[in-house]
Amino acid sequence: MNDTAQLVQYILTGITVGAIYALVGLGYNIIYNVTEVINFAQGEFVVLGGLVMVFMTNTLHLSLPVGFFLTVSVVTILGALMDKLTIEPIKDANVLTLIIITIAVSIIFRGLAMLIWGRDPYALPAFSKAPPFTLFHAIIQPQALWVLGITTIVVILLSLFFRFTMMGKAMLACADSPEASRLMGIPVKKMVLISFVLSAAIGAVAGIVITPISLMEYDRGALLGLKGFGASILGGLGSFSGAVIAGLILGLIESLCAGYVSSGYKDAIALIVLLLVLFVKPSGFFAGKRASLKKF
Amino acid sequence: MGCEKKKILTLVSFLVIFPVLVNYIPAISNYLEVMIFAGIFCLVTIGLSLLMGYAGQISLGHAAFLGIGAYSSGIITAKFGLSPWIGIAAGIAISSCIAVVVGIPSLKLKGHYLAMATLGFGEIVFIVFNEEVNLTGGPSGFADIPYLHVGSFEFSSELTYYILVWAVVLMGLFFALNLIHSRVGRAWRAIHGNEMAAEAMGVPTSRYKLKIFVLSSIYASVAGSLYTHYICFLNPSSFDLFWSIKFVMMVIVGGMSSVWGAIIGTILLTYLGNEWLSAFKHFDVLVYGIILLLITMFLPGGIVSLPRILRSKRTNSR
Repeated sequence: MNDTAQLVQYILTGITVGAIYALVGLGYNIIYNVTEVINFAQGEFVVLGGLVMVFMTNTLHLSLPVGFFLTVSVVTILGALMDKLTIEPIKDANVLTLIIITIAVSIIFRGLAMLIWGRDPYALPAFSKAPPFTLFHAIIQPQALWVLGITTIVVILLSLFFRFTMMGKAMLACADSPEASRLMGIPVKKMVLISFVLSAAIGAVAGIVITPISLMEYDRGALLGLKGFGASILGGLGSFSGAVIAGLILGLIESLCAGYVSSGYKDAIALIVLLLVLFVKPSGFFAGKRASLKKF
Repeated sequence: MGCEKKKILTLVSFLVIFPVLVNYIPAISNYLEVMIFAGIFCLVTIGLSLLMGYAGQISLGHAAFLGIGAYSSGIITAKFGLSPWIGIAAGIAISSCIAVVVGIPSLKLKGHYLAMATLGFGEIVFIVFNEEVNLTGGPSGFADIPYLHVGSFEFSSELTYYILVWAVVLMGLFFALNLIHSRVGRAWRAIHGNEMAAEAMGVPTSRYKLKIFVLSSIYASVAGSLYTHYICFLNPSSFDLFWSIKFVMMVIVGGMSSVWGAIIGTILLTYLGNEWLSAFKHFDVLVYGIILLLITMFLPGGIVSLPRILRSKRTNSR
């Protein structure tokens, strides 16, 4: 393999992984936009998505679309339960309490995943049986195209939802001022519930599409969550397009550094970028004029 | 301070009686060792409870500071053959420098930033411990770390180490209590009560919060050095994210409104982890998660708030 082919290979890997970070970042943004809570269990949704899909396809032998639909439903229900049982009942919700609750839930999810699936990584068959093909002498797995395609669809659907539906607009209003929204007759509790449902669903989708490429095991959540958070911070917390661009950039940086600098420090690179952004420009680099850090 | 004196007296008498009890009751013969670990972790959580209870901030990377102290001590004594006291000092120096670098930018911002920054920092440190094989021995770690000694006296027996660790914890506790009851402590309470009001009254809030963060990192680093010279073996697994979360949990279970809560929670959870939950093996994670969730939701003041709640229930029913 020559140098260009290698570069193309790294770039493609980077974009594929980056798409997953973007999806995780979007999950953070949705909940943050409505509740101003950073959900530390976001990475766990991705893990559960992958592992529940393993159960649906490898254990129950369901077809891909049915398994996909059922998996997203299961994880979505878990997200809704998380809000109903742990977030909603808290009355004097300060930031510290909410952080700790989402951390506790993430530990419980991780423990349950270990109880059910054990500590081994699981694989999933690729979505299509097409053989890998080459582009500029680099080898492309068709699954990478699935990841990119599905990410694009999710992003488009989300922007349509927030821009053109009453519910999406109501959710954004809750973000600006929960008090004013309540006075205007927006059911804030319901909007919070929907935000958890949406980000659980997005997390599940991310887990389902990436597992055929990178396998999935019970304790991936923390690192995936952190890198996704890196994407949402780099893109400007709360900004959807920012998270997508930033996720792709993070994936690219990580893949290029792993290829040319040090593979051992691959996981550290995205985190170093996260810390640098927090220190240099915590409002992010790719946020539009409207999306700005509110209460931070 | 009078009330604090009584508590300190209770703690000290418990610490004196404990080894005697352990000596005479065979069923708990290994409890002295567990108590040494509890003491080491208490140092971490006393610092952490100052950060959580007074600055209203949370650190998800304190296991990394513990690790920095531990590896500084281990590397300096086992690899360079220098005095363990140099190791402890190096750990403190490195930890506090890192705490300043991580703390300054994140503490200026509010909310979740310190939590995320420390979480990311903790993961980076954990990766460094695993990757710098020449220095840290990588995932398998390294052994042959000498015992702590003063002159020719070696802290090698369980009882001497127990006394050493808890003496250091008591010193840390005195220092923390003195700080709380000083001008600095009043400023911390003002910040916790209402940060904006404190700022308006002329309290430089981010500088005060940074001071707590650095102090808590020093506590953790000293704890790490003590840990190293007790087990005389190091690998990265004791310094991962889950340990950071466990420290936070110890503070919350005990109650973050006072340093006493940290001590109670730490002793309780250390026994839970080292002894009582061993039947669960790896699934203790699940138990921890459930405990953390239930305490946060239903007993947000932790164990130390129980007497007050019971008292108010009794007066209400009367």
